[in-house]
Amino acid sequence: MLDRPHHTTADIIARCEALFSDLSFTAAREWKAAEPGRIVVGFLPYYAPRELVHAAGGLPLGIFGGGDQLEVIHGDAYYQSYICRIPRSTIELGVSGRLDFVDGMMFPSICDVIRNLSGMWKLMFPSKGARYIDLPHNFDDDLGGEFYVSELRETCEWLSSLTGKPITSDAIRASIAVFNDNRRLVRALYQLRADEPWNVPSAELYLLLRAGMVIPVEEHNQMLADYLAAVRLQQRPIKDNSRVVICGMFCEQPPLNLIKSIELSGCYIVDDDFILVTRWENSDVALDGDPLQSLARAYLHDSKSTPPKYEPDEAKKGLYLVDSVRKNRAEGVIFAMTSFCDPGLLERPMLQAVLKSHGIPQIAFKYAENSGQMQPIREQAGTFADSIKLWSGA
Amino acid sequence: MTVIVGPKTKPPEAIKDASMARQKQMVNAHYDRLASAKERGEKVAATFVPGNLNELLMCFDMVNNLPEVNAIQNGLRRQSGGYVMEAEKLGHSEDVCTYVKSDIGMMAKGNIGPNGKPLPDPDVLLLSYTGCFTFMKWFELLRRQYKCETIMFQTPYLADGRITKDMISYMVKQLRQDVIPKLERISGVKFDIDRLREYLRKSAKAEDDHVWVLQSAKHKPSPIDAYFGGIYYIGPIFGAFRGTDDAIEYYKFLRSEVEQRIAQGKGPVTPDGDMGQERYRLVVEGPPNYTNFRQFWKMFYDEGAVVVASSYTKVGGTYDYGFRHDPDRPLESLAEYCLNVYTNRNLPMRVDMLENYINEYEADGLLINSIKSCNSFSAGQLLMMREVEKRTGKPAAFIETDLVDPRYFSAANVKNRLESYFQMIEQKRAGFRGAA
Repeated sequence: MLDRPHHTTADIIARCEALFSDLSFTAAREWKAAEPGRIVVGFLPYYAPRELVHAAGGLPLGIFGGGDQLEVIHGDAYYQSYICRIPRSTIELGVSGRLDFVDGMMFPSICDVIRNLSGMWKLMFPSKGARYIDLPHNFDDDLGGEFYVSELRETCEWLSSLTGKPITSDAIRASIAVFNDNRRLVRALYQLRADEPWNVPSAELYLLLRAGMVIPVEEHNQMLADYLAAVRLQQRPIKDNSRVVICGMFCEQPPLNLIKSIELSGCYIVDDDFILVTRWENSDVALDGDPLQSLARAYLHDSKSTPPKYEPDEAKKGLYLVDSVRKNRAEGVIFAMTSFCDPGLLERPMLQAVLKSHGIPQIAFKYAENSGQMQPIREQAGTFADSIKLWSGA
Repeated sequence: MTVIVGPKTKPPEAIKDASMARQKQMVNAHYDRLASAKERGEKVAATFVPGNLNELLMCFDMVNNLPEVNAIQNGLRRQSGGYVMEAEKLGHSEDVCTYVKSDIGMMAKGNIGPNGKPLPDPDVLLLSYTGCFTFMKWFELLRRQYKCETIMFQTPYLADGRITKDMISYMVKQLRQDVIPKLERISGVKFDIDRLREYLRKSAKAEDDHVWVLQSAKHKPSPIDAYFGGIYYIGPIFGAFRGTDDAIEYYKFLRSEVEQRIAQGKGPVTPDGDMGQERYRLVVEGPPNYTNFRQFWKMFYDEGAVVVASSYTKVGGTYDYGFRHDPDRPLESLAEYCLNVYTNRNLPMRVDMLENYINEYEADGLLINSIKSCNSFSAGQLLMMREVEKRTGKPAAFIETDLVDPRYFSAANVKNRLESYFQMIEQKRAGFRGAA
């Protein structure tokens, strides 16, 4: 008899889908209720030092908006017309009591909207902690590094105020180790998708990452390991799809149907910027020395380039996308930016220029987390895939 | 048959008081200096208004060019609409900041400054990053165009409503180890801290009179309009003149002018002359619209509405909260200045400020002009409005326009909303009188 994994990919993805659809965050609530003194700390979708929450004995909970499942009733009353969707649905989650069990919220420095949302949270939910995570745009250890270490130290103090217990360096090192495991597994998942995109549909990859946002990292590590084991035992049919990199989904999340639509239209997504917090660092974070300095060094010298981050070197601007195209043997780039996203939309012309100079085909469209009409996107992505097949290398 | 009737006559020339005329001369002279900087061998630094380090740039004999001010000037001169569309043709999204697009469009059309002369290419982009992501991307975009060095000077955000030692230390270290050495290299001028102290001393002097002028709006009637008129009052201190004798003279002159108006019991000067009876005293949050500036202002003064305090006049520094550039702590003082600019303050601080203004200036209420393309200001303003209303019991209103994109200024809508708002204030007053 074959040595089969405990779960099939279908079982695992079904669990992920249940977690994804549960806007009451039942799994996180149950985790918190299981032991007295546990805390849950929400964070918005970008880089947040989850290791520190974990080291404080807490569950870092990814708050990724309401998607297309949540009807925004109250949230719209807090934002004027020209603001993206994610702060509206995040407010909706808060006002509707769905986050009532969360002890604190971390707002990473993504953009002006999320920055201001941190202040709104302070005004609207004064009894809950709110911590803005300021990120350095100076990448010298002595300057931005020192500043970021002080930010991390203050974050530890803030977390300690929620638990009543100090966070030790050993605890942080142990947490970094667990998250290193997670990063390794996620990298393996990405590598497998790049190698065999027909076997790892991007909607499944996305759901796997999202699941990691609402369950403990140890459980997520097991889930990833199980999926990797299960997916290697199956062989799905190979399609004549074009290989593309998706860029622009670093914050407000795409509807799941959008990801499926792109693949259904004839594209294999071989790299993306979904849920960047899971692979912000390109390699492991060091386990020796001061753990806060290790986290800071990883941020400064080994992290992903994204629109909300400053690029000090003009010559390197946008090359991360070219590198991704090459490394993943992609044939083109799809810019899928969120409507009203300042960092993303201001970055796009620069990235497009870099791709053009490297002869890499591209298309661009905008979406919102509640976009429902997929037909135009399917047509656009399908035409793009066809054009790659017809004209690439011509 | 529909007959489209155009304006019968050109609108009359705007009436300006002497300080406005003086400032116009200063601004024109500055643009002329900019246009001819390269001929004189002067280096040019482009930088932003909030958190600008004008005194420091002067230490390196650099001329200061402010892209936002260029966009404003183009808005006031009705040039920005075309520039914005030009940038969109070049691939910029309709969703993003119109200052950026006006600037990019202006470059595409030859980079002609408001004085009709080409603006010089900058030698350095000093990215004084006070928490506005647009600034960061804007200068990355300009860097591609000009191929010059960009210096990132990061200001931490006042998320917890306080300045910490670590924030100051980060900023001072950036100045010492990064900003100043790079400016020395680019300019070829050695940094002299005593020179900086002298400029800061001059800044503080001008800042004293600037604050006096803004606070003169506590008088009844207010001798100034602290929003529409305020735009003129902040020009020299927020721009290229802080640290100069010109700024000291300008604010001294302005102060004497305002003292005179108070003595005569006069209200503000408007483009149509002295304002009539003061009927409504407002606090305004958010930048103004520049493409229809005069029309927008008229909607206020026609109704006897005067703005007694505004947050926009604090984007380049919150001097009325006590900050002054300090020659005895030069680098720390520059850091504190940047940390304190209005949009670097968190939302609770901004709400406190607006609440205080309503109380201190005995205003009738708060008006928010929410700018379509400025998330730094606008995200969260509806909550700010609710909070201020709750705390002060004074009515608030919300309008939406844009900075320099004429497509997003709907005069009829704005006027309707303002008229309803003034009626609301009247009703509140009547209710109060009835209850008394």
